Amino acid sequence: MATTAEKKKQNSLGLGDSKWAYAASPESTSHINLKPQYELFIDGKFVKPSSGKYFDTINPATEEKLSSIAEADEKDVDKAVKAARKAYNNVWSKMPAKERGKYIYRIARLLQERAREFSVIETLDGGKPIRESRDIDIPLAANHFFYYAGWSDKLEYAFPNRKPQSLGVAGQIIPWNFPLLMAAWKIAPALATGNTVVLKPAETTSLTALKLAELIADSGLPEGVVNIVTGAGRTGAAIVNHPDIDKIAFTGSTDVGKLIQKAIAGTGKKATLELGGKAANIIFEDAPIDQAVEGIVNGIFFNQGHVCCAGSRLFVQEGVADIVIRKLKDRLETLIVGDPLDKNTDIGAINSKQQLATINKYIEIGKKEGADFYQSKCSIPSKGYFCRPTLFLNASQSHRVVQEEIFGPVLTIQTFRTVEEVIEKANNIPYGLSAGVWTDKGSKIFNMTNKLRAGVIWANTYNKFDPTSPFGGYKESGFGREGGLHGLMPYLKF
Amino acid sequence: MRKQSTTILTLPDFSKTPTIDQVGVEERVARFQTRSIKKESKVQGLKLGLSMIDLTTLEGKDTEGKVKQLCYKAAHLHDVMQGLPTVAAVCVYPTFVKLAKKQLEGTGIKVASVATAFPSGQSTRKVKISDTHFAVDSGADEVDMVISRGEFLEGNYSYVFDEIAAVKQACGTARLKVILETGELSTLDNVRRASEIAIYAGADFIKTSTGKISPAATQPVTLVMLETIRDYYYKTGKMVGMKPAGGISTAKIALQYLVMLRETLGDKWLTNEWYRFGASSLANDILMQLQKEQDGVYQSGDYFSKD
Repeated sequence: MATTAEKKKQNSLGLGDSKWAYAASPESTSHINLKPQYELFIDGKFVKPSSGKYFDTINPATEEKLSSIAEADEKDVDKAVKAARKAYNNVWSKMPAKERGKYIYRIARLLQERAREFSVIETLDGGKPIRESRDIDIPLAANHFFYYAGWSDKLEYAFPNRKPQSLGVAGQIIPWNFPLLMAAWKIAPALATGNTVVLKPAETTSLTALKLAELIADSGLPEGVVNIVTGAGRTGAAIVNHPDIDKIAFTGSTDVGKLIQKAIAGTGKKATLELGGKAANIIFEDAPIDQAVEGIVNGIFFNQGHVCCAGSRLFVQEGVADIVIRKLKDRLETLIVGDPLDKNTDIGAINSKQQLATINKYIEIGKKEGADFYQSKCSIPSKGYFCRPTLFLNASQSHRVVQEEIFGPVLTIQTFRTVEEVIEKANNIPYGLSAGVWTDKGSKIFNMTNKLRAGVIWANTYNKFDPTSPFGGYKESGFGREGGLHGLMPYLKF
Repeated sequence: MRKQSTTILTLPDFSKTPTIDQVGVEERVARFQTRSIKKESKVQGLKLGLSMIDLTTLEGKDTEGKVKQLCYKAAHLHDVMQGLPTVAAVCVYPTFVKLAKKQLEGTGIKVASVATAFPSGQSTRKVKISDTHFAVDSGADEVDMVISRGEFLEGNYSYVFDEIAAVKQACGTARLKVILETGELSTLDNVRRASEIAIYAGADFIKTSTGKISPAATQPVTLVMLETIRDYYYKTGKMVGMKPAGGISTAKIALQYLVMLRETLGDKWLTNEWYRFGASSLANDILMQLQKEQDGVYQSGDYFSKD
């Protein structure tokens, strides 16, 4: 007689290691030209930083240095803001809207033409799998430019009888998780509405923003309309505190968002903040189970979990919890973690050493708190920053790993019994950016979307983005919307 | 040879059948399609694919001559290349089973026969059983039956179930492949339900199509069927085979099917005991690709025998 444990083992699929292994299939980097040093992009020119200081940007998958990046200080930011103001006053605000649109279209087209180059650089600098930068980040960035280019000369139709007017100079600070895509989310609507821009990419992922600067220079966009200054927190603070900036757009952590909010209090600067999240992904008993498992995987392991709207808290209704978890564990074994440039890689490198330390800190916390720790058995490269897909089963609402944003491939799993219970638990968090609902029943979806306090709710899918769709949060996930018609409003006065 | 089961078969509990979201299935399939299979893994995959083919001829104009030639091809796919497997089986109408069996003697290649008023299945139970008996008595190792789609769409699930169970009994030790003809079932939820009926009624394999209806095998349909097999395995520990058939004509598409198989059911199924391709022209495309991997250049189609 086989024992239960043996029987269970017999029924295991053993998906982890296959006798039919996929051979390495790395994307070529031979077409990539990276300069040893990148300068600041101010007033249409690449200029050295006033301090003469540079910092390294590295490939998180190999820990090798890719290039040196200029560090902008207050003086440089002031130069950039002055250039943006001059361009706003003299050129951009006076230009007929349809001409503005043509420039934005041109940026979109150039981006599409150079999509391969941008994809590879995004993957080298940020660690995300080439499949994602190739199929999602870069095409979506180009689509944002296309979409907002179309609005440029139609603002009066977007807001009938309201006389929309541009604000002036926008200071934009973006995160490291979707470097080029976030730049597009910020720059495209700002330009379409007639504003000029000073943008700061995150310090670990400056390269595609600087390549975008080269592309913008090639596009013939008037000098000073887009300025890109690189650096870390100090550079960002210089933008936030600069008196001649009319609007701050920030995507990043809730802590920094709060600092920004304090800094601009009483200044008359408009702001949109897109901050952290800890989204509930809710699986009901009548959900399409196999597709929901895909949705769980896509929700938390997309971009190594470095996604503010990641479905990091899984709620499974008790009747299907066993089968969902079993399927999820089997699916985990088929995820390929490793070289981000390999076309078969599902999960790439963690963006930085610091972020890996944060994730590992939370994994330790989770273990101590007593949730059941589970990781896929996959091998990970010895060099570079990598983390196996991780689950915390039987987690509870009072665990820190459930309450706090980890920003990595770590999923907590809780079960629930009733609709009321799951709504209460899903909303019982300071964040409110996104959520997912999985059920075959339409009426249940509408009930949930009414009651969940989240800016974006996906039904029977997860992590879907489109330029036409507004994105943004409730509560400590920030305010203001990016994307769609709503994304125009923060850059306009009426 | 497998022993006949003596357990009592019952209809599956459909209240436990998960719903299927077509958009989600298509997304998953798209992910399999982006897997990049190169170099040695490509060669390995192609040879595996070759060994899983049920080389098929199911035409009204089939003759002894045609079947003989096909049998020779099955055993000698491309003799100028070393280290090639044979196909898994030759699939013919019942009247050619005896001949195929004789032709394939000693090759290890199985003979599969369609039965049960293939392809429409529009006949009486009696005729279907006697069709099956004829095939098995003629020496068929495997029987490819069709389900009664009309009865299924009318909701007569127990009719469909009983019929499959009866044919299974008539098969004796021959393995039974149950063709769902998914092109006529219209929804993935129906595909899931029909798969469950077939599996619970004793199917050794479930198969997408006859090849006479369009669409034949599609990747979304195949994924739903694989997931049904997986759920059954989770529950019972029993393996059921899968055979997509019709429309799989290129090596590239065959590799995508194998990627789906590998990532859904895993290594246990990566053998022709549990997975088949029902195809007529696939073999030559795989051979052409293998030759290309060996020589670095493509050869003219005229270097590969067309039987």
